[in-house]
Amino acid sequence: MKAKLTVRALYKRFVTMGGGFEALHDVSFAAASGEFLAIVGASGCGKSTLLRIIAGLERATSGDVMMDEQPILEPARDRAMVFQDYSLYPWLTVLENIQFSMRLKASARQGTAQSRRLALERSLLLLELTGLGPVRDAFPHALSGGMRQRVAIARALLGKPELLLMDEPFGALDAQTREVMHELILHILAVEKRTIVFVTHDVEEAVYLADRVLVLAPGPGRVDSVWTVELPPALERTPELKRSTEFTALKGRILDRICATSGLQRDLVALQRLTR
Amino acid sequence: MNAGERRARPSWWTIRGTLDSRAYLAIAAGSFVLWLTLWWAVTALALIDPLFLPGPGAVLGRFRNWLLDGNLIEDAGISTFRVVAGFLASALIALPLSLVIGAYRPVRAFCEPLLEFARYLPAVAFVPLVLLWSGIGEISKIALIFIGTFFQMVLMLSEDVARVPMPQVEAARTLGADAGEVMRTVLLRSALPAMFDTLRITLGWAWTYLVVAELVAANSGLGYAILKAQRFLQTDRIFVGIIVIGLIGLGTDQLLRALHRRLFPWAGTRPI
Repeated sequence: MKAKLTVRALYKRFVTMGGGFEALHDVSFAAASGEFLAIVGASGCGKSTLLRIIAGLERATSGDVMMDEQPILEPARDRAMVFQDYSLYPWLTVLENIQFSMRLKASARQGTAQSRRLALERSLLLLELTGLGPVRDAFPHALSGGMRQRVAIARALLGKPELLLMDEPFGALDAQTREVMHELILHILAVEKRTIVFVTHDVEEAVYLADRVLVLAPGPGRVDSVWTVELPPALERTPELKRSTEFTALKGRILDRICATSGLQRDLVALQRLTR
Repeated sequence: MNAGERRARPSWWTIRGTLDSRAYLAIAAGSFVLWLTLWWAVTALALIDPLFLPGPGAVLGRFRNWLLDGNLIEDAGISTFRVVAGFLASALIALPLSLVIGAYRPVRAFCEPLLEFARYLPAVAFVPLVLLWSGIGEISKIALIFIGTFFQMVLMLSEDVARVPMPQVEAARTLGADAGEVMRTVLLRSALPAMFDTLRITLGWAWTYLVVAELVAANSGLGYAILKAQRFLQTDRIFVGIIVIGLIGLGTDQLLRALHRRLFPWAGTRPI
């Protein structure tokens, strides 16, 4: 399959007052067109930095990030991003938030009356698809966390992005809401086939949603391993799957890798000394 | 009191507890009444020479007298004009400047330390300079109010802009907004309620510097009237001047708060 996104020999150094530190070290991977790639790793492994570089919000120190063989230097509409929280515009209603990009010059420039009408139709469709129809005129502060993230997802999808970047989009939600969001995202993707790069700290979420899971190791951030998820196709996955042996086995192996890379160890001697 | 009753009425004295608006208003009114009564009692019992502290009756009488036979309205009017002019001049420059400072780091580096320095310069000490530069006309009073409010205002407003949640800005950029659109449709729009509050607070400071300006160089206005009253030992007139300024301030403040609620019904107390 053709690669939609290619990351090659990526390095990122942050310069600080006391010198600097390396956030990403020689990171290379590719995502095929239409693939759902999840990135997991211990905290501080640079997974969010990596996603921000792909979005064009941050520059790499060296290395290439290419989408469709074109280098990524700036944010662009075809690489929409969903943030963990605080990204909605509180002065706009739910529908106006979803339609935010329609008011921008970038969409007006290529806008014929025809395309504007299509975008309007599409925004209403996304509103229904995300189940936000009943609250279309509500302001964000009146919504639950799960609903707010649904608005953010619909808003990102409106411009038909080639690449959908999600930075721990369900990280601030409670466990039940997160399960509902998993079903919603699988449902939407069945209709809206996109290439997705999804950063999360939740391994179960990664395995349940993704085609492949990439494990980053911290200090400095580098690719530790890549796991192909041999599970039924997205639409046939159900919550029961999370309790199957195959699923828990893969989840366990990935978790073990993350533990191993985070420097945590079961040092029983040290523990005994602590309790003494 | 049994346990059930205690549960039914939550204590007023919980740290950061709640209070319904009727109780709030009652207590607020009570505090005004309490101080007025105290004032009245002290003067009615002649505990203090009325030359130092005239009674509420005398002050009220002077107020009526000043209002009907004098020029209280004109004095309050010219003072309000000066405050509004100085404040608007300050705000008109501060608003765009703070937006650019809050948006661009190099501009912040260029302006912020300088403004921090300038805000510690005592505005009152500028009086001789202002008089030297702009004479004793209206400009000098407006200039002094400007000096007193501008630097703090820019710093506080730019802080409001800097507090706009980063994801709001970055989401706009990934949705295709250019720099101008991020400034206008996100930064300004998002910071507007906080900026409005900052302006409301700095308007109060403008009154402080108005009085300073009118005490030094003016032949009209409430501050001037207060100074003149001091010369003739009309303590009650001083009181009227001070209270009228307080009432104008309280009135404008409440008006602006109400306007804030009307303009920004979506503004919660925490970021979304």
